[in-house]
Formats: sequence, structure tokens, C-alpha cells
Amino acid sequence: MERKNKTTGKVAGIVANLVIVEVNGPVAQNEICFIVHNDERLMAEVIKVVGVNAYVQVFESTRGLRVGSAVEFQGHMLEVTLGPGILSRNYDGLQNDLDKMEGVFLKRGEYTDPLNRDVKWTFKPLAKAGDSVTAGSWLGEVMENSIPHKIMVPFKMDGRYKVKSVVAEGDYIVDDTIAVVTDEDGTEYPLTMVQKWPVKMAVRSYKEKPRPFKLLETGVRCIDTLNPITEGGTGFIPGPFGTGKTVLQHAISKQAEADIVIIAACGERANEVVEVFTEFPELDDPRTGRKLIERTTIIANTSNMPVAAREASVYTAMSLAEYYRSMGLKVLLMADSTSRWAQALREMSNRLEELPGPDAFPMDLSAVISNFYSRAGFVYLPNGATGSITFIGTVSPAGGNLKEPVTESTRKAARCFYGLSQARADSKRYPAIDPIDSYSKYLEYPEVQENLTKNVGEEWLGNVLKAKDILFRGKEAMEQINILGDDSVPISFHDRYWKSELIDFVILQQDAFDKIDASTSMKRQQYMLSSVLDVADSEFKFHNFEEVSGFFKEVINLYKQMNYSEFESEQFTKHEASLQELLKKRMN
Amino acid sequence: MESQAFQKIYTKLTNITKATVSLKATGVGYDEMATVHGRLGQVVKIMGDQVVLQVFSGTEGIPTDAEVIFMGRPPQLRVSDQLSGRFFNAYGDPIDGGPQVEGEVRDIGSPSVNPVRRKQPSQLIATGIAGIDLNNSLVSGQKIPFFADPDQPYNQVMASVALRAKADKIILGGMGLTNDDYLFFKHVFENAGALDRIVSFVNTTDNPPVERLLVPDMALTAAEYFAVDKNESVLVLLTDMTLFADALSIVSNRMDQIPSKDSMPGSLYSDLARIYEKAVQFPSGGSITIIAVTTLSGGDITHAIPDNTGYITEGQLFLRRDTEIGKVIVDPFRSLSRLKQLVIGKQTREDHPQVMNAAVRLYADAANARTKLENGFDLTDYDERTLEFAKAYSERLLAIDVNVDTDTMLNISWELFSKHFNKAEVGVKQEFTEKYWVQ
Repeated sequence: MERKNKTTGKVAGIVANLVIVEVNGPVAQNEICFIVHNDERLMAEVIKVVGVNAYVQVFESTRGLRVGSAVEFQGHMLEVTLGPGILSRNYDGLQNDLDKMEGVFLKRGEYTDPLNRDVKWTFKPLAKAGDSVTAGSWLGEVMENSIPHKIMVPFKMDGRYKVKSVVAEGDYIVDDTIAVVTDEDGTEYPLTMVQKWPVKMAVRSYKEKPRPFKLLETGVRCIDTLNPITEGGTGFIPGPFGTGKTVLQHAISKQAEADIVIIAACGERANEVVEVFTEFPELDDPRTGRKLIERTTIIANTSNMPVAAREASVYTAMSLAEYYRSMGLKVLLMADSTSRWAQALREMSNRLEELPGPDAFPMDLSAVISNFYSRAGFVYLPNGATGSITFIGTVSPAGGNLKEPVTESTRKAARCFYGLSQARADSKRYPAIDPIDSYSKYLEYPEVQENLTKNVGEEWLGNVLKAKDILFRGKEAMEQINILGDDSVPISFHDRYWKSELIDFVILQQDAFDKIDASTSMKRQQYMLSSVLDVADSEFKFHNFEEVSGFFKEVINLYKQMNYSEFESEQFTKHEASLQELLKKRMN
Repeated sequence: MESQAFQKIYTKLTNITKATVSLKATGVGYDEMATVHGRLGQVVKIMGDQVVLQVFSGTEGIPTDAEVIFMGRPPQLRVSDQLSGRFFNAYGDPIDGGPQVEGEVRDIGSPSVNPVRRKQPSQLIATGIAGIDLNNSLVSGQKIPFFADPDQPYNQVMASVALRAKADKIILGGMGLTNDDYLFFKHVFENAGALDRIVSFVNTTDNPPVERLLVPDMALTAAEYFAVDKNESVLVLLTDMTLFADALSIVSNRMDQIPSKDSMPGSLYSDLARIYEKAVQFPSGGSITIIAVTTLSGGDITHAIPDNTGYITEGQLFLRRDTEIGKVIVDPFRSLSRLKQLVIGKQTREDHPQVMNAAVRLYADAANARTKLENGFDLTDYDERTLEFAKAYSERLLAIDVNVDTDTMLNISWELFSKHFNKAEVGVKQEFTEKYWVQ
């Protein structure tokens, strides 16, 4: 798409953030241009071309814009700038560094550099002269916070190259030449630590993308135990508002076993983003003993920021994730919420006067969503290292209706479904993930099963299925009780129902705001599940149904006290002992 | 709306619809204001030399040779301390018979706050209403609507919240208020002797509906002046946002846009977010808190307006008539304040979060017991006790006429727990039970 002469044009029409530009030369679909308005330059992207008219979506407010204003096309698509110094930053949807912007209010047409150009990094070469390299090959590394950040051959460079020289270990700024490579014709390419990549294209510099097989621990019991997600897996969390989507997503991003966390706040509430900005710098990273923010990047395009930049934000986030995956790192990408992204697509489609699909969404919504989810995954890099992007998106279904187009389309693309239930949220059973409707396709993968058996325990898979079974049977029992009445069903129905309540209260429900209960290690989850299943397997003596609920409430209360105590601490063992005593008294 | 020198006057309209007019004009900016036949309008579309204007007060009686004068600026408001105690219409012109306000001219609909410059909301707003303070505490910088059916006393509750909230300024944005409600607010504020800290922008049902589109931006421009320039804590009341959204759909319909869900424009989410996201805690100490009203039709929250609102705001408050006690209560199940976690147990007593959850859970058990009763089943002893608890809880805490401080609310909760339940049934952390259980 490189052109000798830059195409220019002038504004011919304006409808909100859709601007029609009459052009005087070639333009490409998705090409970036700047509209010159007084002393401001407003960034825009081509989304349709009709004859000499390019339809561009402006990433800013178009207030005051006039017909006839000059437009300069850039000859490239929307790109991210990749290099050391991305971690701990707060970007907007176009990768502007928000902290570099002056003033309390965002200024139109202000764009800031995503990297710090004058910081020196200690570069350590990994490649040597004579090495044969391709796009994504590691040339060297710098330490970014505590993460080994690989400097790679730019993803844009097709074909094979030979390393001519690599600089010696030492301190360099990102724009210094750190290596020179030559192509087959002997042409030399000097490389720096910075490269650019068009966000809407997937980075493909990996060798192989196998099915994910390794468990990704999140510390959230109803995910890890019942419906686990894998390294490189995809999942989505649909839920009506007020069912705890954001709290759950924050919990996962704080606790998950990932090297890098990228959070895309896409069209969501600003105060929630502020919560991340405020909390993450304070949070200790259980894995490194440092601060969580050191391995986190936040893309914040809140709901009041321009809608076209919102659409771009998820792609920006995914491109950053792909960059870190190519370094052999485990990346967790969270997008909240993909529905807002879909709505941004709808707004533009609407202004383009395209024929609408279901609920006025564009016809290709489903394809766009699948395409995006497919960029996640576990990969083998050409040098044998592995990397992964685990992607979890939230969906905000209109009216809580899971049959709406965004949820339906996402269901086709994502492998884990964590449906939040209004009924559970109403009765404050958090996280409100519905244990019956939710699923993880990964549990069916033989390679995942093998991995779980090896790492968690021989009996683990069996226990998980058993727990699901008890939950299901408990639900059936409850329905029967509700239809027939408490005393018209056998006591065993109450027993069955309360055993499922036991699993619900002890395993599924988790207090995200309690220091200890918020995150549970796999070892503890394994211990608690088998302990609870022992109780579920036991037979107890009851004279009437009222005794059943009374007894199980006491059992649940003691288990909850255990959940609130440090694992295997004195307090924990104390509660466990009282529990055993209580159980013994009731045993047959 | 004084006219300026050297303005070009257009006198040839090419199209007229119920809400818009089109004409040939050049040099016009997007969003620019104009007068059409003496009425205010705003540029909503430019195609070459064709300009489409939305006329706020409707196009009735506008002839094709009407005078159109472009004002070269977006809608504006003059801001200064003189705003205090005054009543304005949707254009920012006084309707209380007082003089025009002198002060700095500001464009309404200003840019967003840079999210990294926001401060985390952290100041509890006490209202004395336990259904709010105990179960759904409000925080300065928050945005929260009442979801209410038109027959519920939301304006009354909102007025008492506003007056008890100890805000430096209260800004009322009234959209489609009936004249009676407008006078109600005026009286309440006057009687409370609070008029000097209140600014009102009011569009009543007598005024054309499209004018309402300006009201939130007017109110928020005034709010930003007090919060940013004066570092004050400002409470903005917006009632009724459903009528605002209806006005949006009227305009989008006249512009032949393809409607999405419930005939609302496809941009409804962004349009509402632009307003609600003005709620902010500024680093300098000022804050804007928004309490809004979204009326529902028949309690349907799946309609596009409440649904989109719910995804933007930090929670929602539901009012409901509790037939057991014959009073309006704040519904503990469906109401939610998302920011309460920032203050409860921190600025309030340590046991607040657990007491709140336990009480709501027990109240839910009572609802189940009631269903059993209705279906003709026998109640257990526990069921009976939950019902007694629920009645007392409703009466003493949830009713909107309650006015006590948070410690008292917590004490009442413990008193009710101890009276109706044993410790295991309440299921609160042991350290709190030991401390607060009433023997």
C-alpha cells in the first residue's frame, strides 16, 4: 500500500462521525487519513469507496467541521507501534498514551506517542551474524519491568533474511539500529526495537497452532473446577446488567496464571476503568512479588469516547497480545464488552445506510466476531518456544436475552460459555455463573483431560462430572419440591436438593471482595471438592424434612468459615474439626 | 440570540419535514446553530451544499422562504455564579422573569474527561433512606437512575435524596416535566430554603419535545462549571430520560435512519453514555453525581431505553409498593449500586457488607416462603420466621420514609437477625456475630 505521492482530498459531506471525502487519487479500504480542521488534525479511516468519494469514519467529534476542508491520506492502515515500554501503559483505542495528554479533558486531534523514545534499554543479543531469520525471529531481548521482552524481526517482513550484524550488549534507545539483516538480493535492512503492524491483520509468524490443552488457572472456583478455560482458549461471559460481569472479569485478570494481562475496556463505564487504574498499581502480583500493573496494559476507550475508536480498540488490544505471544509469553486478553464493539459496527453500518441484518446489526457481524476470536490461541513458535493468547470477552445482551445477534454469533466462536444468571444475581449468589447452562468445550478434549488427570489428580475429572451431576439432580429435586410441596415428597428429595446447595454455597459461590476467598489455588479447589463430595456421598439420618435444611445450613456455615480462613491454617483446621463432629453426629 | 454583522441570510428552503428543514448553504460547520424563521435549529447533516437543520421547536408554519441565519457556533450557555437559584428553558434563557445571566460563554456538549485523570469515586452520599444507604450506597461521582413506572413517586424520592445529600449545587434537568411536577420541585426547593444552591433547566410538556435534547447538555455544562471552576460537589438530577430518548428517536426517524431495537436509533447507547459519563470525580476535588429517572412501561426493563441505560449507569434503583406494609420501598432485589463496594465497610461500619448481604438473602427466603404460601403449601417454622423478619425489615428499613444514619440501620438489622434467627441461619463471619449479636 506504499505510494509515492500521497493522495489528498476535500470534505464533501458530514453526518455525525461519517465524513464523505472527494479524493484526487488512489485510496485503499481501511486507509488512514487526517482531516485538517483549523489547527486540528482529525484522524479517520476509510470504510467505503464510491467513485471519487471515500467514506471515512472519524475517530473524533466532527463538531464545526466544514465542507471543503483538506484531507491527507496516509498510505497505510490503522497501525499499532510495537516495542519495549508498552507494559503498565494506559492507551486509548488508537494506542495514544493517555498519561501523556495534558489537561483533565481530552483534546480533539491530540495524538501521543505510545512509546518513550528517550528511555535506554539494556539490549542483550540472542541472534548472531549469519543466522537465518524470518518475521518474528528473536534478535535480542531487553528486560521490560520483569518480563524478558524479545526484539524481533518485524512481522511485516516477508520471506527469509540473513543476519548481517547485531549490536553488542549495551544500553540503547528504541530507535537505535540494533541489527542489520539482508535479503536474498543482498539488500540491507537496518532494524530498530520498534515496528508497526496493521491492527486488523492477524500476526501469523508462528509455526503451528495446536488445540489448547493446558489448564489456565483463574482462582475462580466455578470456572476452574466446573468449566475450566485453557491457555490459548476462548471464552465469553454474557449476562444482563447487574449480574457481576465486571467484577468477575476483574477477578480473572487479577488472579489468572498469565505472564501478560491486556485489558480492553471497550465502550464501558469510565469509573470501572478508573478502578483498574487505581487498584492495579496497588495490587501485589502473587507470581512475581512485584506489582500487577508491571505486566498489564490497559486499553481504555470508555463509552463516551468516540465510537469509531471504540471499534478499533479491540483490534489494538489483540495486536498487542499477538506481539507478546510471539515472544513466547502467556497473554490473557480481556475485552469488556464486545457488545459495545458490535454496537459501534452497527452505528457505522447505519450511517452508511447499509441494509441491516437482525436487530439492525451489520450482516457480516457473525463473521467479524469469529474472525476476531480466531486470533487467540496457543502457538508453537518457529524456534520451538510456546506462547498463548487466552481471550475472554464479555457480552452485554440487550434485555438479558441470550438469543440476540451478538450472543448468538459469539457462541459460535468461543469455546467456553459462562452464562450469568439474573436469578442467581438476585439472590446474591456470586459469581452468578449458571452451573447448569454454562459449559467448557475443553473438558471434552482428550488432551485437556489427560493434562488435568496428570496435574490435578487421578480422580479429578470424575469428581467434576459427579459435582455437575449432583447440581443437576438437585435442581430437579427442587422443581419437584416446588410443585408437590415440602412434605409431599420423600425426605430423600430434600437431601438431594441440599447436597446440591452444599456444592453451590461452598464451591460455586465465592466472595470476590474477601481477601482469602477471592482466589483459590487448584490444590485447595481439589481438596475442597473432594471434601464436599464426601459429604454428598454420606447418608444422614433425618426424621423430617425440616431437619435436612437445618443440618445442611450448619454444614454450609462451617464450610464457609473454612473458605474465609487461610488454607490449612489453625483456624481452617479448627472449623474442619467442628465440621467433622457435626457430620459424625448425623451419620447413619 | 443577538444577530451579528455581516451574516448571510438564506431565504430558500428546499425541503421541510416535521422536524427538519434543508437548504443550500456554504461555509456551514457541523453541529452549528442557526435560526430558522426565528426558531432555533442545529445542523445535523451536510452533503455538498445541502444542509439539513433540525428545528427544535418543530417546523409548523415555516414557509419555504423562511429566513435562515447561521450563528457560526454550537449551542452555548453563559456560566457564572449568577446561575444559582435560577430557572431556565432548554436554550438557557430565563423563565423565572429574572434578567439574563452574565458570564463566560461555553459550548455545551464539551469533550470527555481523560479516563486517567479521573479519580476513583470515594465519598459516601448519605440519604437517610435505608433502602439506599444500607443496600445500595451512593458515592459522589456516580451515575444512577431510578427505574420506575410513571405512577411511582420517583420525583419525590429524588427531591428528598437531593436535599439530604449535602451537595454544594443541585442542578435539575427537567425533560417533559408536567407543569405540576415543575411546580413541585420549585416548592420543595423553596421550602427547604435551598434555592440559592439550585439551578434548573426545564422543558415542560407544553414545550416541543425535540427541545429536550438540549436539556442534559445545558445542565451538565452548568455542572462542569461549578465542579471544575469552583471545585464544588454537584448533584445533577435528570428526569425523565425516557422522554429524552423518545426525542432522539423522533429526530432519527425524520432523518430516515434505520431504527434498531424498539424503534430507537442505533446510536442510543453512545448518545446516553455521552450524558451519563459526565458523572466524574475530578482530581481537584469537584465532582458531578447524576441521579436520573428512566420511566418504564409496565416495569419492562428489557426495553431498549432502560436496557441501554442499565449498561451505562452504575446501578439502578427500583421503587416498589410493598403490599404487606402498604408503603413504597426501595426494592432490594433489583436495585443495585455498583460503587457501593468503594465505601461500605470502609466509610461505614466494618460489618456493613455482610449484614447487607445476609439481610437480602433472608428477605429472598421470605419471598420463596410467600410463593409457597400462595401455592397452598404448609410453611416450616423457618419460613414463618423469614416472613416475620421480612415484614419488619420492610417496615423499619426499606420504606422510603425512613430517615436514620447508617449505624442505626446496621443496629436495626442485627436486632432483627437476633430476634428471628439463629447465628447459623444468618451465616455472617463469626467475628461480627460475636460483636454485634443482640443477646
